[in-house]
Amino acid sequence: MSGDLLSGLWVLRECPHFAPRQWELLLSQARRCRLHARLAQHFQNRGWLDAVPSQPRRHLQSALASAQRQRQQVRWETDRLRVAMKDVPGPVVLLKGAAYVALDLPPARGRLFADVDILVARSSIQAAELSLMAAGWVQEALDPYDERYYRQWMHELPPLKHVWRHTWLDVHHTITPPTSRFAVDGSRLLQSARPLHAGSQLATLAPADMVLHSAVHLMQEGDFSAGLRDLLDLNDLLLHFSAQADFWPTLLDRAQELGIGSALFHVLREVQRLFGTRPPAALAARVNALASGWASKVLMPPLLALALKPPHPTCDSAGSALARWLLFVRSHGLRMPWHQIVPHLLRKAGSRAWARLQRPAASAGKV
Amino acid sequence: MIAQLSGRELVSRLAGPGLAFKTGPFSFRVHSNVQHISDGLQLLYGAYPLVADDTFCDFDLEVLKPAGLRGHVRPQVRFRFDGANTFEPLPLAHAFPLLEWAMNWCISTHVNHYLLIHAAVVERGGRAAILPAPPGSGKSTLCAALVHRGWRLLSDEVALVPFDGLGLQALARPISLKNESIEILSRFVPGATFNKPAYNTSKGTVTHMLAPPAHVARVLETAKPAWVVFPRWQAGAAAALTPREKSDTVVDLAKNSFNYGVLGQQGFDTMCSLVEASACHDFVYSQLDDAIAVFDALASGRA
Repeated sequence: MSGDLLSGLWVLRECPHFAPRQWELLLSQARRCRLHARLAQHFQNRGWLDAVPSQPRRHLQSALASAQRQRQQVRWETDRLRVAMKDVPGPVVLLKGAAYVALDLPPARGRLFADVDILVARSSIQAAELSLMAAGWVQEALDPYDERYYRQWMHELPPLKHVWRHTWLDVHHTITPPTSRFAVDGSRLLQSARPLHAGSQLATLAPADMVLHSAVHLMQEGDFSAGLRDLLDLNDLLLHFSAQADFWPTLLDRAQELGIGSALFHVLREVQRLFGTRPPAALAARVNALASGWASKVLMPPLLALALKPPHPTCDSAGSALARWLLFVRSHGLRMPWHQIVPHLLRKAGSRAWARLQRPAASAGKV
Repeated sequence: MIAQLSGRELVSRLAGPGLAFKTGPFSFRVHSNVQHISDGLQLLYGAYPLVADDTFCDFDLEVLKPAGLRGHVRPQVRFRFDGANTFEPLPLAHAFPLLEWAMNWCISTHVNHYLLIHAAVVERGGRAAILPAPPGSGKSTLCAALVHRGWRLLSDEVALVPFDGLGLQALARPISLKNESIEILSRFVPGATFNKPAYNTSKGTVTHMLAPPAHVARVLETAKPAWVVFPRWQAGAAAALTPREKSDTVVDLAKNSFNYGVLGQQGFDTMCSLVEASACHDFVYSQLDDAIAVFDALASGRA
């Protein structure tokens, strides 16, 4: 059994007729990408669930139940944040999944969550940390090196975990690291943020910024194992916001204004390749001008196509590991200057090896 | 049945296309290059039905030792699922318990079409006793003893409660025993089959006891919930049942459930029907013989 069944599934016109082992493989690839509930939602939206054989259908329904529960939990976390953050100055912007849930946008459906992400003004970050701690969100112990990595070089606090609910929260003050060549000034995002309702401190990014955040996230994180998920989100957002007449021109203007045109260029290209969604024809030349140089136009597309395959052994082809490595190195190059990144990666590799020597047989958690 | 395969066929399936078999409603396909795994499966899984290679399996697991130096110097074993390393690696000698834990993990983290309760389940006369309990309370020990004294094994680890309120489903997998329980059960059931123990695991010494093959053969027979009994082993205690409130039982079962929260209203309704249909007790014991007598009295309506 091999072959990527997942990437091409989203454009099918009718329910696929897979052999039993292909259903098994599709579920496995989807789970690996944390897309199994999204897949189930896709089948449900199209009225295909009843056409799926009963064994794989049970797995799809189980995944839908998990996603439904997580959506409810994210609503509750959002409500707790509303209470915890009320004395922190400025808006509290929900990012990614939490924003999709709050606005009931298409990518909220069938989504599985690892954490909730919020954005606050840089000047409010200490107040936010104190208020959150008072409400039960605490930092897991980090070694001093990791602590400094987050606070000094990254665009977020170390992850916070709620002591009772065991949920994770990431608090950002912008969407790219301050050390990045793409450095985005968080205050510009906050200025355009939209309150959930009149007078609400909780807010979401403006539509264009929401798309750009997702694009930058994918292109900068360096981990493409969730890349297909980000692209599905982007596709959903683009289709949804396209109903607003000024959405596309605003998106292109904003990408240039924030200096992240090339990230948008690459994701638009991938969204078109995978799902057939394209910008309005009148804007094609502007989209094409978002990136320049042979590396962006010639080198990146085949690398991305390889790296965005589900990170599953049945989808690996010659070069996919190399492509992921090159893009990983590139993303760190985008996140930090070379004189910082090389010592950082060596340090992380060294401390992982040291941990393995110290702890050769760490126990498996029995569930 | 797996017993129809020769030792060599078993090893070559594990190393090649995978050994696919069913335990109750779930099918597993296991890939392994580890002798502890082939030995353990041959010893404990003979009575489980094989599944054809082209069939959908619910879970495909790899329990592999690395090739090269790492397979020889302080050798380790890894559980891989969906093509990714899933737990921390363990010493090679812990491979069989790792497989059993991995199979439990597959069910407890992916299955939401049953309400799952961390509990042993045994049946007599078509009626099931659910024995939920935190680790260390002696539920597996009691379960192992009961299934060798006239009760049928449904599961030593997880109750599978369907939403329609009909019968509990069985898994009939080998019973996990640890530390002193191993010695106690080998005295209690002379001639019983145990796998080689794995020493110094995160739970101490661990082994698995053969599920009675006659029980494995009846794995598709469901059982109606009749009792919920929270067991607690206590040195020197006389075996005694005390009734417990149904409302408390719902709450305590929910705490022992893997997916009660995920299932929402459906979980609550299913849990309430289950508890409504069951007599609920706390149970302390120190001697297995006394415990069996109490359960037999329950089954015959004398308790």
